[in-house]
Amino acid sequence: MEFGDILLAVAIMLGKSLLLLVALLVFIAYALYADRKVWAAVQLRRGPNVVGPWGLLQSFADLLKFVLKEPVIPAPANKGMFLLAPLVMCTLSLAAWAVIPLNAGWAIADINVGILYIFAISSLGVYGVIMGGWASNSKYPFLGALRSAAQMVSYEVSIGFVIVTVLMCAGTLNLSAIVESQNTRLGILGWYWLPLFPMFVVFFISAMAETNRPPFDLPEAESELVAGYMVEYSSTPYLLFMLGEYVAIMTMCALGTILFLGGWLSPIPFAPFTWVPGVIWFVLKASFLFILIAMVKALVPRYRYDQLMRLGWKVFLPLSLAMVVIVAAVLMATGNAPGVR
Amino acid sequence: MTVTAAFFYLFATITVASGFMVIASRNPVQSVLFLILAFVNAAGLFLMMGAEFLAMILVIVYVGAVAVLFLFVVMMLDVDFAALRQGFLHYLPVGGLIGVIFLLELILVVGAYAIDPGLVRAPSVPIPAADVMTNTEALGQVLYTRYFYFFQAAGLILLVAMIGAIILTLRERVGVRRQDISKQNARTQDTAVEVRKVPFRQGI
Repeated sequence: MEFGDILLAVAIMLGKSLLLLVALLVFIAYALYADRKVWAAVQLRRGPNVVGPWGLLQSFADLLKFVLKEPVIPAPANKGMFLLAPLVMCTLSLAAWAVIPLNAGWAIADINVGILYIFAISSLGVYGVIMGGWASNSKYPFLGALRSAAQMVSYEVSIGFVIVTVLMCAGTLNLSAIVESQNTRLGILGWYWLPLFPMFVVFFISAMAETNRPPFDLPEAESELVAGYMVEYSSTPYLLFMLGEYVAIMTMCALGTILFLGGWLSPIPFAPFTWVPGVIWFVLKASFLFILIAMVKALVPRYRYDQLMRLGWKVFLPLSLAMVVIVAAVLMATGNAPGVR
Repeated sequence: MTVTAAFFYLFATITVASGFMVIASRNPVQSVLFLILAFVNAAGLFLMMGAEFLAMILVIVYVGAVAVLFLFVVMMLDVDFAALRQGFLHYLPVGGLIGVIFLLELILVVGAYAIDPGLVRAPSVPIPAADVMTNTEALGQVLYTRYFYFFQAAGLILLVAMIGAIILTLRERVGVRRQDISKQNARTQDTAVEVRKVPFRQGI
């Protein structure tokens, strides 16, 4: 390749990435707003309603507030790692979006092992939490970090098995191909949520545990650990932590959409509905999952730590392992297993 | 491909440098973090060789799970490195000997390959080109057919190790209140609540 071609390719890649980043961050700002509005509605409150019409600019006001405040670094903290932790958290959760296909062929990097990439990146998210908790050199953050380490490793196992069952049905690790394999004449009934419904439930719950969402937000349980690993953080570093957390939640919503809800496919597979651009269906489905997660936050009380571990290891792990065997057996018995010659 | 070479040297340099920092840094937590950096860069090297499946599995298993537990243990233990370093000279001959043996073995293996590639057993299964079959598929084709028994044996060894670790740390404690969820769910109104008529100003 000529040097000019390389430069052009890099420039196009940067432009695409920047576009996705801006769109994602604006979407996250409104997801945060929606999260608070849903929470408020369940509790018969109004939620944010002061900044802008119906409070629509609340997230941007919060952003300004976080950025303009003074960052405080505790004296006994390990300074380098204290500042590195939120960066790691935010960067890693944003990096997962490089492979997510919002529409046919829209992924920035449509790699062969896309699903493994997302799984790897989301399993790295725990480092931001651990580093932040350790570097703060204070008791509550440290306890929060320890909790999150055990919690994330536990629930990764069941997410892994959920992914394996979907892969067995789709016969590929490429995210676009997984969506295409759900493209049948049945529309919404042909997506994997129906035949793999138990795994969809396991995935939904594990995704909340993996991203430290309530009712599994033990690492930042405010009633016992103040704010867990984020106690010592303020201003922009705190903003990065929170942003990373919400981006990770959106990643899980997008992953659920791709694995179980048919990605960009239209739910009703004929004319007027298939004219709608795929990205709109994708955003609608991901938002649906996000609203469900927001509802869970408002409705379900927090788990106790031993209950959390029990659910992960004694309920989800045997269930998902059994489902892997069952799905494989059914696929082989009916001759539907892809790639078997 | 100058770009490929540049990336190779970038990943290789960071891998070696962080490998050195693992043994050189004073803080055990920092050691583990450098170890993680080395793993991630090794994954980068795998990617450059086209072994994308291995690269991702390396990140998922070693960085995402093993190193997290490593970090967990290192943060919990209060390792005093000054005390560990006191016997450094005492252990130097043994450590040095082991190091020299490993070095010799490495030289033998690599040297033999350079002299006669036939000495190192040639791969018995032809490796399909990347455009014919994806990396993952190629691995799966040999792993579950040709190397099935080795694969299962490796799994069994891991299972034994896991059972051993559980047995070592398992201890039955008496007098601990445990939550039995099935027992809780089996409770009905009849077994849990007793309705009594309480006479006025007498109590039960």
